[in-house]
Amino acid sequence: MMNKSILEVSGLTMDFGGIRALDRLDLDVGPKEIVALIGPNGAGKTTFFNCLTGIYLPSAGDIRLVSPQTGKQSRLNGLKPNKITKKGVARTFQNIRLFSQMTVLENVMIGRHCRTSSLILGAILRTRRTRKEEQETIDKSYDILEKVGLSEQANEFASNLSYGAQRRLEIARALATEPFLLLLDEPAAGMNPQETADLVTLILQIRDEGHAILLIEHDMKLVMSLSDRIFVMDYGKKIAQGAPAEIRVNRAVIKAYLGEDEGPDNA
Amino acid sequence: MITVKEVKRSLLVSLWFVFLTFPLMVIKVNPYERTVSWRWRNMVYVAIGTFVITLLAKAWFARKEKRMARQQDSCHLRLPIIQRILQKPGYRNSLAVFLLGAALAFPHLFSTYQANIMTTALMYIVLGLGLNIVVGVAGLLDLGYVAFYAVGAYSYALLNLHFDLGFWTVLPIGGLLAALFGVLLGFPVLRLRGDYLAIVTLGFGEIIRLILENWNAFSKGPSGISNIPRPGFFGLEMSLDQAMIYMYYLMIGLLLVTIFVVNRLQDSRLGRAWLALREDEIACQAMGIDKTRTKLIAFSLGAFWAGLIGVIFAAKTTFVNPASFTFMESAIILSIVVLGGMGSIVGVILGALILVLLPEYLRALSEYRMLAFGAILVAMMIFKPEGLIANVRRSYCYHGKKSNTALKNDE
Amino acid sequence: MDYFIELFCSGLTRGSIYALIALGYTMVYGIIGLINFAHGEIYMIGAFTSFIVATVLSIYGFPLAAIVVVAGVAAAIWSSAYGYTVEKIAYKPLRHAPRLAPLISAIGMSILLQNYVLLAQTSDFLPFPELIPEFSFVEPIAHIIGSSDIVILLTTTVVMLALTFLIKFTRIGKAMRATAQDRTMALLVGINVDRVISATFIIGSALAAIGGLLIASHIGQINFAIGFIAGIKAFTAAVLGGIGSIPGAVLGSLILGLTESFATGYISSDYEDVFAFSLLVLILIFKPSGLLGKAETKKV
Ligand SMILES: Nc1ncnc2c1ncn2[C@@H]1O[C@H](COP(=O)(O)OP(=O)(O)O)[C@@H](O)[C@H]1O
Ligand SMILES: [Mg+2]
Repeated sequence: MMNKSILEVSGLTMDFGGIRALDRLDLDVGPKEIVALIGPNGAGKTTFFNCLTGIYLPSAGDIRLVSPQTGKQSRLNGLKPNKITKKGVARTFQNIRLFSQMTVLENVMIGRHCRTSSLILGAILRTRRTRKEEQETIDKSYDILEKVGLSEQANEFASNLSYGAQRRLEIARALATEPFLLLLDEPAAGMNPQETADLVTLILQIRDEGHAILLIEHDMKLVMSLSDRIFVMDYGKKIAQGAPAEIRVNRAVIKAYLGEDEGPDNA
Repeated sequence: MITVKEVKRSLLVSLWFVFLTFPLMVIKVNPYERTVSWRWRNMVYVAIGTFVITLLAKAWFARKEKRMARQQDSCHLRLPIIQRILQKPGYRNSLAVFLLGAALAFPHLFSTYQANIMTTALMYIVLGLGLNIVVGVAGLLDLGYVAFYAVGAYSYALLNLHFDLGFWTVLPIGGLLAALFGVLLGFPVLRLRGDYLAIVTLGFGEIIRLILENWNAFSKGPSGISNIPRPGFFGLEMSLDQAMIYMYYLMIGLLLVTIFVVNRLQDSRLGRAWLALREDEIACQAMGIDKTRTKLIAFSLGAFWAGLIGVIFAAKTTFVNPASFTFMESAIILSIVVLGGMGSIVGVILGALILVLLPEYLRALSEYRMLAFGAILVAMMIFKPEGLIANVRRSYCYHGKKSNTALKNDE
Repeated sequence: MDYFIELFCSGLTRGSIYALIALGYTMVYGIIGLINFAHGEIYMIGAFTSFIVATVLSIYGFPLAAIVVVAGVAAAIWSSAYGYTVEKIAYKPLRHAPRLAPLISAIGMSILLQNYVLLAQTSDFLPFPELIPEFSFVEPIAHIIGSSDIVILLTTTVVMLALTFLIKFTRIGKAMRATAQDRTMALLVGINVDRVISATFIIGSALAAIGGLLIASHIGQINFAIGFIAGIKAFTAAVLGGIGSIPGAVLGSLILGLTESFATGYISSDYEDVFAFSLLVLILIFKPSGLLGKAETKKV
């Protein structure tokens, strides 16, 4: 497993002033794998995503990415977020960060930015190449919207969407950057059971198309049914890792979740 | 509609302002003759004025709330009349043709003096459109815009003085030099938070002006540079009147080019990235947009336009000195963008026409010009942050078919 | 050597004036995260109010001590009233607006207040009455430091101590610190955040007014535009020290004052303002968190 993984994180540490939000964390994701990262609120899961995507600069540790297409290895520490996205890692945000003053379609088109290239002159002269690229952007974005079931609302403002639809739009926007690794931060939060069920289908479909997925989620039913492997964090540390069946009976995990509304036993 | 309680509150507010403005509005001392004049009449003006304004503001907010509630029921946005006209291509095109015709005929219908004023207004429109890329579209508050304008003006003045270069040669050079300054300043500061950017650009604008004022060997100091030639037209000799009318048509030409370019930029990959950046930088970066580079392009494009107009300004007045490039000039251009509507081309045009022509034709008001600009900035942010004419998002055709949903108003 | 000490003293004087203004910037920034562009104008209004009150009183023949006290109090009261009103009109309605909106509103306020004073009073420079007498004990060292320098340094020190006491030990001071640290949390534990914000504007404005009175009597003249440059410089000082940090504002102000004093004394006085602006640009580029500020990672 180790030598085939596309993401290898070792010893990742993040300090904020006195607080250690991540403490020597190790984690790996293999190609086309669905890996879940769980843990109580404040455990440091979102911080982990932020370090991975270059939004925070980790204090120590190593993040390595291996492109499944080219097999090329690269170190992500210290790279700017846009460089990391270009390398094939895309994410959604726990506290939805859509461009609310732009239409749904435009939100997805923004995701195409790093896979397109026209600049000032192209925009002014509107050359054949630019026009082709622009139409391609529109068509591909529309296809993605169809996939997540938002094509009907393509020209609505993003802010007019329902909560669940906004979460799906976040996924669509991330997919538009053509990632091989997709990071989802609590994608089911605030969704009703029907929406959650649709989300499961969507995530599986995305995996089947060849993307690996790293998922933060509190909905244990979803986590247990989807994940190939689960990592559990508490207070910045990894306290367990393994297949869903193992995690379900892990004592440390049960202890960490004691008192939480939705322990792993609810699954 | 207006309740007794509201009237009472407005009275209190008005009393407060009477107290607040008392020393500055009522007392006026003459320290040389050692006399005091008590201007009690001002107190009455303040009392009445603030009372009325408070009531109006309350009414405005009440109306806005009601409208919001109604919109939530119907979910159909009702666009203002101007926008409804602008959205029908037929109306829009005939309006554009009519305006262009009027603009072309203008110098022949009115005096050269009027044409001259109009030229100034046109220059402010183009400056506004340039700043609109930076502030309105990309959301970068540039308070030193006038510095780039100065770079353009002084490039023409100096290159002409020392190397005898002509207007048409310097026009692109001035623009490019200003853009270069934009890149040099922007590269380090565009990483900063938005409010720091505002103050750094403000400081930069002042530095440029102070250098022009003090470095006599370079810029001839406060007395400035005169006898700058007007633009030539294939070596044709022109009278003053003709030269002014020529300037007018030149500005019309430049305005058309600017509108064309800005329109195309806004509706492009780059334009979308700017808009997204204005809303959420972190989400943008996570979507693979190079924040600094994208901002830098907007910043230097804006500077380029300021440089162009700077060259034209020097040619029009045939004289430049540092006094033309104070912070207040930047503030005027900012007011144009904010009043018209950030990101909206039609809005900026309207804003510039109002803010330049109104004080010009209502001489009595011109004293209150800067006061009004300040008030406009505050009032627009509070009452109508989207400006007189809001920017409109477009819908796209996919797979060759047009979408069935109508355009939506950006509110 | 005397020249050096003279420059040093005048640098300290300048610096302590900047500090009085810079504190207002830093406190407001610490609590609502906004650059209050209109703060320089509050300082100018303080200077103008004290000018008007002092001149009226001296025309009516009041004794100097009474003039100083009344002018100082009036300046503090009216500046605070303006600061309070500016916050209520231009910033409070925009607390949840996009980040550009309050900034633009602040700039508008600054322009508005400047021109309001210009129209209500005059655009000319006005002679400020001499409020600080020449002390006889200063005479032997008068070539190094003047009476007004001493008064300014002393007043500033006293004001700083009072402010420190206020922030450290009083109820409102504690509420201010709590709000600066975490506004949502402060709200949850029952702090009236609106009141804290108003208090911050009032205190900052009063400090600026004292600065306005001191500098005006030191220099001897005022006009409507003095707030603009002073404001930017004080802001520079606040950023230099680390915006949001109160000791930082004082430290930054002293450094800026000394830098300006030495630069104008030894290099050239033509470029007086260029030094400050260049310093501002350089700090923001190389160390935007300032000397005593902490570099924070914005929570995502
Ligand atoms: N930018 C930041 N500055 C300071 N502390 C932070 C920052 N981001 C996260 N933290 C802290 O790190 C810890 C982990 O937070 P987070 O990663 O959001 O947890 P989770 O996503 O697991 O609920 C929390 O204590 C949080 O307060
Ligand atoms: Mg989280």
